[in-house]
Amino acid sequence: MPHDHHEHLSPSGHPYRADNDHPLTYWQQMEIAIRELLIEKGVTTPAEIAAQIDLMDSRSPANGAAVVARAWTNPTFHQALLTDASAATRDMGFDIGPMHLIAVENTADIHNIIVCTLCSCYPRNLLGLPPDWYKSRAYRSRTVKEPRRVLSEFGVNLPETTKVRVHDSTADMRYIVIPARPAGTDGWAEDDLAKLVTRDSMIGTGLAKTPESA
Amino acid sequence: MVPHMAMPRMAEREFMRVRADMPPGHVRTPAYLRGKTGWVERRLGDFKNPEQLAYGISAKPAPLLRVRFTMAEIWGPDTAQPDDTIDAEIYGHWLEPVESPHAP
Repeated sequence: MPHDHHEHLSPSGHPYRADNDHPLTYWQQMEIAIRELLIEKGVTTPAEIAAQIDLMDSRSPANGAAVVARAWTNPTFHQALLTDASAATRDMGFDIGPMHLIAVENTADIHNIIVCTLCSCYPRNLLGLPPDWYKSRAYRSRTVKEPRRVLSEFGVNLPETTKVRVHDSTADMRYIVIPARPAGTDGWAEDDLAKLVTRDSMIGTGLAKTPESA
Repeated sequence: MVPHMAMPRMAEREFMRVRADMPPGHVRTPAYLRGKTGWVERRLGDFKNPEQLAYGISAKPAPLLRVRFTMAEIWGPDTAQPDDTIDAEIYGHWLEPVESPHAP
């Protein structure tokens, strides 16, 4: 029963998370050993590693939201994004490194959803780190088999007339969904539109917010 | 196997079949697509072969294609939404003409 062990619950009613003070795993030891060797041999420096971590942490779904908002408002950029999303986002000023990006667009007839069944490929260089569920076995295995059920669990219920297009990110490409622009946003400025674009809407597990829900 | 997607411009589609091989080691072709037939959505150019990169050996450029499959092709005709599709990136050496006999 959920309430039988009060001593294991925090005052908020949630279980305490176990301390992660177990011995290092094999791969943790391997990572430390390789990192220290690279530094010792002068291949990289601690400052470079810290800078790279800072750069990754500075990336967030807000970057993608800005890209989507521009695509909604600027037909030239919209076309450029669909033609070569890497070049278009770089031209907009984002440092996406060597990432190969493909943008896919949701319409009344097509709903796109992104998954990586093999591991956890995600457009990190634009959107930052993926949500934990994106890496879960359940999301990875179910999205290719029953995408509409997965979508409904995210609160997205599509009409049968909308086709679902799943993209399995199996190799060198990374994907961003351009969600459909919500109704009632005619004439909105890019910055305001960007606030409607959620992380999940760019994975395809959500829709953009409506003016009423924003 | 005859592809059973009845969609427009089918005659223009370039159908390919994913090899049904199950080799050991690092590959980027998901098992659920092996032996399945789809059509080329777009060609992506050459990329270093990850099956060689993974072992630190000199990797040769290999053509990478986006291939589109119907849910019916992958999961059978009784699947809930047979006309929904899955796109995946498949390396050229994993694709074979539809007319050729299945790999053993």
